[in-house]
Amino acid sequence: MTTVAISQPDVLRPSRLVLVLRYLRRNQSLVVGLLVVLALAVFTIHGMLTIDPKNAYPLAAPPKLPPSAKYPFGTDFFGRDLYAAMVVGLWQTALIGIIAGAIGTLIGVFLGFTSAYFGGAIDAAIKGVCQILTPIPAFLIQVVIAGSIDKREVTIYTMAFIVVLLAWMNPTLVIRAQVLSMKERQFVSVAKLSGMGDLGIIFQEILPNLLPFIAAAFVGQVFSSMFASFYLAVLGLGPLREPLLGNTIWAAQSQGAFFNGWWWWPLEPAIAMVLILGSLALINMGLDELANPRIRRTE
Amino acid sequence: MQPILEVRDLQVSYYTDAGRAMALAGVSFSLNPGEKLGLVGESGSGKSTMALAMMRMIKPPGRIEGGQVIVDGINLRDLSEQEMLQARLSKIAYIPQGAMNSLNPVTRIGAQMADAIRAHDRAASKQEIEERCRQALESVDLKPSVLKMYAHELSGGMKQRVCIAISILLKPKVIICDEPTSALDVVTQRQVMETIDRVKNQIGAAVILIGHDMGLMAQFVDKVAVMYAGRLMEVSTVRDMFTDPKHPYAQALINSLPRLDNKGVFQGIPGLAPSLLRLPPGCAFHPRCMHAMEVCRTTVPSLVTLPGERTVACHLFSTKV
Amino acid sequence: MSLKKILGRLLFLILVIWAASTITFFIPRLSPRNPIRERFAELARIGGFSPQDLETIVASYNTKFGLDKPLIQQYFDYIASIARFDLGVSLNKYPKTVIDLIMESLPWTITLLLVTTILSFVIGNLLGAVAAWPRAPGWLRSLATPFVLLMGVPPVLMGVLLLFFIGFRLKLLPLGSAYSTGLVPDWSSPAFIWDVIKHQIMPALALILGSVGGWVLSMRGMGVTIQGEDYVLFAEHKGLSGYVIFKDYYLRNALLPQVTGLALALGTVVTSNIVVESLFGLPGLGRVLSQAIQANDFLVIYGIVLFITIAVATLMVVVELLYPLLDPRIRQD
Repeated sequence: MTTVAISQPDVLRPSRLVLVLRYLRRNQSLVVGLLVVLALAVFTIHGMLTIDPKNAYPLAAPPKLPPSAKYPFGTDFFGRDLYAAMVVGLWQTALIGIIAGAIGTLIGVFLGFTSAYFGGAIDAAIKGVCQILTPIPAFLIQVVIAGSIDKREVTIYTMAFIVVLLAWMNPTLVIRAQVLSMKERQFVSVAKLSGMGDLGIIFQEILPNLLPFIAAAFVGQVFSSMFASFYLAVLGLGPLREPLLGNTIWAAQSQGAFFNGWWWWPLEPAIAMVLILGSLALINMGLDELANPRIRRTE
Repeated sequence: MQPILEVRDLQVSYYTDAGRAMALAGVSFSLNPGEKLGLVGESGSGKSTMALAMMRMIKPPGRIEGGQVIVDGINLRDLSEQEMLQARLSKIAYIPQGAMNSLNPVTRIGAQMADAIRAHDRAASKQEIEERCRQALESVDLKPSVLKMYAHELSGGMKQRVCIAISILLKPKVIICDEPTSALDVVTQRQVMETIDRVKNQIGAAVILIGHDMGLMAQFVDKVAVMYAGRLMEVSTVRDMFTDPKHPYAQALINSLPRLDNKGVFQGIPGLAPSLLRLPPGCAFHPRCMHAMEVCRTTVPSLVTLPGERTVACHLFSTKV
Repeated sequence: MSLKKILGRLLFLILVIWAASTITFFIPRLSPRNPIRERFAELARIGGFSPQDLETIVASYNTKFGLDKPLIQQYFDYIASIARFDLGVSLNKYPKTVIDLIMESLPWTITLLLVTTILSFVIGNLLGAVAAWPRAPGWLRSLATPFVLLMGVPPVLMGVLLLFFIGFRLKLLPLGSAYSTGLVPDWSSPAFIWDVIKHQIMPALALILGSVGGWVLSMRGMGVTIQGEDYVLFAEHKGLSGYVIFKDYYLRNALLPQVTGLALALGTVVTSNIVVESLFGLPGLGRVLSQAIQANDFLVIYGIVLFITIAVATLMVVVELLYPLLDPRIRQD
């Protein structure tokens, strides 16, 4: 039988950019979330570059002024320029979120991965510790810790630390579950058979597939860190001098802001907080779709 | 005899990011009651799409673009959504490929059989339903105690037989078996095929057996239809197909089967099946065909009837040029 | 139900309690400054305690904090007292014991907890299931997004906003506390019960609105996976109506992992409940806790932490042991 030379006809694939744009059009949550985060980032960065941070602290401006041209966000009871306070507050909240989020994710990836990949006693130990620590109400512990520390020693970095302390268990378990399912899948066995060493498998085969989950875990961690630090601040347990958004609300509540008619004081940080957390939730929803391609088909 | 199933010029396309893929490009055939048709072809030839299209279960981004599916005189494409729901299982039934996972893991077998009956006959009493389920199980050689069991308590062969039992609950006119034995060992395979044969005789249904196990086809079906790139290439009786295939693709398929008297020499079919996104002009097989002629490159061959109830789509047999 | 499994879960419980006790033991010893000593000094200054009372308090605190004994000794004493269910006495509300305080306030907390958790679970999972179901009407499916957005509003913030707009501005619902001031609690009178309910609506709303989103997201992910399963496809082949498939093949299977998720989420659910409670001045654990925090009433704080830990851990174990009832695949034959 003579062999007939075949050239597979070229299938026209649209360019990468077009595919990405088409996808973004379908995954609206991701787009909206990213846009809001971008807008907040621009606001914050522009703010940090233009304002004098001293204005975010008490006695910088005449107190209790409603929003005006000079003070677009008004001022509070203590004489902070609320525009500056919002900018610095957003910056600090972001810092806490990102630092705590990054540390939490790193711990989660490291522990989860080690646990799943090497199995045996290490797995049992790590998994056991995570499971045992889960029922302990993390927030309450954080309240207790924050309450036990000398108020003067609390900085935004201590807050980040407190927040991370009991938040690493979830990403560990999630990453572990993912790596476990990947370990069994054929592409790992194939890599092993072709002689790839452990390190090679880890970095070239498993990690790239883990990336969407790591990204989602990171967003989730940033979200819960900001959430937790906000809660602590709102209860008056944060670094009180700093214009953290939660602190501002706590200060406003304790001065009876709503009832005194200074509505702008607690409202602005509340809106900012809602924007940040809401956009992060949207991004999480969007990443959810990215990691689970079947969700796209139902749209 | 009036054919119980007539498929006329069925066309199905899938609209993907990369373009439009013609999964079925105008397929026509018919079946008489009690007849068994084997549908063979490579992966991507359109066999499973055909089954789904006949059940009107093509989902976006796929679409049925044309043609008719007439079962027992009723054109399924004319039916409303509701009527089609009724027609499924009662007129045309489907036995899935992966019975391993086709049964609901959290409800008992009996409940899954009962809801099929109730969906078509809301007035049926509990006793009636139970009686019919028992009978169906008996036809597939399963004990009534299976009704109380859960899917994970059954073996692969038993699960497949439960699916067969479900498919005959309402005595359909046409039964589509989509590779029903691919996940089973040979002994169970035989059991399952014998069961299908038996129930088919009991209710007088026509059967379409989809697969690529030619050996199975040879033992089981009356007619064989060969598909390629979404079209029917040849339909012949099983004896004719195996001894004297007419279409070059069918010939190549039969030639590639390992034979006991020709050990050690395997003959494949050179080249690859075309992408459904860019079908070659004219006959889809012409780039790989030994006998390709000029006309094959330009014109799609239509099905031509040959003596002995055979149809072929090949210019070698076209009466017109 | 194998004995081995039950023993394993019991071990889990014990380990959790031990871990929580150890953590609460070490926290006050974190900073060089000793808050307990300071509190005692303050108490002594304020006075108002009879010598016997002071003795009891000091004795109780000695078992818990054994301030002058070596660390190891303190630790063992502490763990031993926990094992005896002796959580100590309250500093602030003397002579009430910690357990008394917890038990008194528990009914309020439990009702709020049950109502909000059940409602969030049901609404959230239904919405999530629908959001992933292609045949559901579009408007119903898009209901999922606003709830996901609401996840960004912490319940306490939601509570503040609700209080301000609905309570203060619109005066539709009361501004806090369990029932209107001046009313004598009378559980047989429907008017009283209605009053209590009115006071629970905003706190419940504050909690529910923020937590539905979480269930929506996880259920949606689950739903998509289930839809791809062969048995859903076969159900369609059987000609079953969309409603029957949704209920018996899709929902029933997708809900299973969600139930385990419920057990896991209990920890966060409980804490946000408590914070909202304290915001609205409801006489539940929340108020006890916030008063204890303000008064530096340590034993109460730690007692609550331990209590909640034990409760959550027990619930997790119970759910786990009950799971085979829902999923026949796990049952032991």
